[in-house]
Amino acid sequence: MRRSSTFLYSVLCFGYAFLYLPILVLMLYSFNNARLATVWGGFSTRWYSALLENAQILDAALLSLQIAVVSATVATLLGTLAALGLNRMGRYRGRTLFTGMIAAPLVMPEVITGLSLLLFVSLQELTGWPSSRGANTITIAHITFSMAYVAVIVQSRLASMDHSLEEAAMDLGGRPFAVTLDITLPLVAPAMAAGWLLAFTLSLDDLVISSFTSGAGASTLPMVIFSKVKLGVTPEINALATIIIGIVTVGVLIAGWTMLRQQRVNPGH
Amino acid sequence: MSTVVNPGKRDRLWRGVVIATPYLWLLLFFLIPFAIVLKISFADPLVAQPPFSPFFDWTATTGDRILATLDNYRFLLEDKLYLVSYLKSIKIALISTALCLLLGFPMAYAIALTPYPWRNLLLLLVILPFWTSFLLRVYAWMVMLGKQGLINHLLISSGLIDEPLQMLYTDGAVYLGIVYTYVPFMILPLYATLEKLDLDLNEAAADLGARPHQIFRDITLPLALPGIIAGCLLVFIPALGEYVIPALLGGLDSLMIGRTLYDEFFVNRDWPLASAVAVVLLLILILPIMLFQRLQQESDA
Amino acid sequence: MTDPTGAKTPGQGGACSGTPWKDPGQHPFIELQSLSKRFGDFAAVDDVSLKIYRGELFTILGGSGCGKSTLLRMLAGFEQPSAGRILIDGVDITDTPPYERPVNMMFQSYAVFPHMTVEQNIAYGLKKEKLPKSQIAERVAEMLQLVQLPQLAKRKPGQLSGGQSQRVALARALIKRPKVLLLDEPLAALDKKLREETQFELMNLQDQLGITFVVVTHDQEEAMTLATRIAVMDAGKFVQIGTPSEVYEFPASRFIANFFGQINVFDATVVASDDHFLTARLDDSNTEIRTRDHQRLAPGTRCSIGVRPEKLLISTEAPAQDGYTVTRGVVEDLAYYGNRSLYRVRSQNGRMIQVSAQNYQRSSELLLEWDDEVFLSWHSECSVVLSQ
Repeated sequence: MRRSSTFLYSVLCFGYAFLYLPILVLMLYSFNNARLATVWGGFSTRWYSALLENAQILDAALLSLQIAVVSATVATLLGTLAALGLNRMGRYRGRTLFTGMIAAPLVMPEVITGLSLLLFVSLQELTGWPSSRGANTITIAHITFSMAYVAVIVQSRLASMDHSLEEAAMDLGGRPFAVTLDITLPLVAPAMAAGWLLAFTLSLDDLVISSFTSGAGASTLPMVIFSKVKLGVTPEINALATIIIGIVTVGVLIAGWTMLRQQRVNPGH
Repeated sequence: MSTVVNPGKRDRLWRGVVIATPYLWLLLFFLIPFAIVLKISFADPLVAQPPFSPFFDWTATTGDRILATLDNYRFLLEDKLYLVSYLKSIKIALISTALCLLLGFPMAYAIALTPYPWRNLLLLLVILPFWTSFLLRVYAWMVMLGKQGLINHLLISSGLIDEPLQMLYTDGAVYLGIVYTYVPFMILPLYATLEKLDLDLNEAAADLGARPHQIFRDITLPLALPGIIAGCLLVFIPALGEYVIPALLGGLDSLMIGRTLYDEFFVNRDWPLASAVAVVLLLILILPIMLFQRLQQESDA
Repeated sequence: MTDPTGAKTPGQGGACSGTPWKDPGQHPFIELQSLSKRFGDFAAVDDVSLKIYRGELFTILGGSGCGKSTLLRMLAGFEQPSAGRILIDGVDITDTPPYERPVNMMFQSYAVFPHMTVEQNIAYGLKKEKLPKSQIAERVAEMLQLVQLPQLAKRKPGQLSGGQSQRVALARALIKRPKVLLLDEPLAALDKKLREETQFELMNLQDQLGITFVVVTHDQEEAMTLATRIAVMDAGKFVQIGTPSEVYEFPASRFIANFFGQINVFDATVVASDDHFLTARLDDSNTEIRTRDHQRLAPGTRCSIGVRPEKLLISTEAPAQDGYTVTRGVVEDLAYYGNRSLYRVRSQNGRMIQVSAQNYQRSSELLLEWDDEVFLSWHSECSVVLSQ
């Protein structure tokens, strides 16, 4: 038994090294004064200054943030409604199709989702809407696939929730709308927050679907990064990666720490 | 809310809003676009905007005439490029999935055997990459693998090789990238099943005369099977249609189908053919996707 | 009525004939020699020695964390002792891995393999022995008969009740014909009615097969009814080893006395003692009591005298019998159980005394009422001197 656990933990250590070493190396090289990755030219923040002067990257970052905030917010609203529709509304015609449409975007290859949305919006000349491809079409695409993620997260919270709480509220005279507002939504709020965060990061990170749906109208941050790194290692991107990964890591660690603390205070959840 | 008896008008309205809003959104932006892909895959390419022939001829006075063609699908079969792309994608996805399992299973098992609170930390370390940019993590390997990358640098300076090795832009780099990106997808479902494993069962088997490797084969493996299947599908499905990893790490010859589709669309602007490529890709995926859905439903029940 | 002299009740003993532990010529079947298990600074099992004889149904009893499970797991081979040896049938098995020990275990959780049918579960151990298929099938069928489950052979464990799972676990452990069967809290997961049935079935099985059983339990009732002998464990050590009636009637300490049912404890001062008897003055009634004791406590020593509630006689008239200790009190509380009644009597100096009396007279009225003045008396042989 002891021999096998030595093996297991060796693989575990190797696995974490595999997962984290490339990122750490990338972050280290973002402070390299030299342009080539192999040569250590001394500590420098020159690539960070260069990044701050790069208007293309900054514009793209701003656009990505805007799209991410809007799409995450709408996706959270729609995804929560979808979860309620699947979990608290009983039976109705077309429910099976609904379930399928929620589940499909989670497993659909991005190239297919992107292609289908592009073909849809390219029919604009038939309807005259949307008037152009760009930020608005990217946002619609992001809402569509991330609302599925939100729905799944909120739904699992709803499924584990005690139904008798809502029945008690109804028993006390709450109408369905009021019960949802007073009881259900406050209880699923943490799941909605988690869903919003996931939708936000998915949107910020998306390259393929954005590329399909943006046309020539807009370039998001991942699109700019992709076009740059396709040509090879770019020191400015190292700096950008360090900033993004740093922000995300700190965010996740704070979230994880808060969750752990809540668990300790309230071990029932 | 099956207990609602004779709901009032307001209550019915609320119910309608809850169901209809996301429903219509998905119909409009998911299902209908999808039907369009299917439709266009049966159309002829045209040098026009949009670049495909109409499906229904509305000008005909005798009613609508369907102008469908199977040419795109025939072309997929005839042109070696596509067949090779599909087969290569399947091969790369399968091998990467197996590699993910080999790395992910011991990791998941070790995490499941670790006592709290260390276990939470280990899990956090697996989940963290989910939240960091996928694109940038793939890019990190370009820094590692390039001719002037860190690994070549270390190998040359240690005297093992004289000339830098070609590691970037090879199939090997694509495997590495896929395993690197998707191994957390393997670890999490595996952990979820292994964590529920009752260690009493291992002891019971040992008590009945099973040696450690027999315990693994007779007890651990069969009981972890749902997690293994879920993890493999979670890696295989996205890996098959992967675009970014072969585009950044793969060579010009590493034509995975996602990349072929992308090029067909943006470079050749052959929308009907790209649609046909997508439809066939989905047909290949439909079986694993349905299997995955069934597994999910079973674990929910 | 209980025999006041505390003779051994018949009907216990299973396959173990007589009292081999009293015979110095008998070879022990299981022998623990100065066994210890330490986790860091904490000694879960602390230098324990024990001899168990062939065919015994030996019970290790103790509260949670007393070390009984660790002891059982060392017998099964899941824990390696920090010190000491384990011998079974004269063979040192201390370093033998669990899969090579002539010992099988029934787990508290039953640990029935959920992905195998009942039949496959039972056959598992024989498959590991690489027995021919026909022989395995034969013995599985035999075992299914024994535990009365032949109709469920093809079922998966998910479809079984708790009692049925327990039988599968039992059959699975017995089919290997182990020299020793270890049972970890065998009845804990069963409901009350099923417990009683299973208890007798276990005893019958053990009687039939003649396998030595070692049972670990926290439930004194379970231990009393099953065991040939009980080892009471506390803080990693045995505090008393004896037959059920020995540990019940002659508990070595207050801890043990309280573990097995109720006991009334009186503070007293030793007046005189010799090799076999001790005379002490009770603080309560200021009466002297003569009781059997071997400790030779010096006169003037403070001691505790214990009397079980059912050993006390309760009456409204003063009993005039020789050899009885008498004290007086008022009925404060009473509970009627049909076959017996439980009284809580406040003695003259305010102490609460519990009395359990058989209702051997038929009456629709209560024979004793609240606030009745009563006399309590017990025979000198029925009290016991308890160490603190």
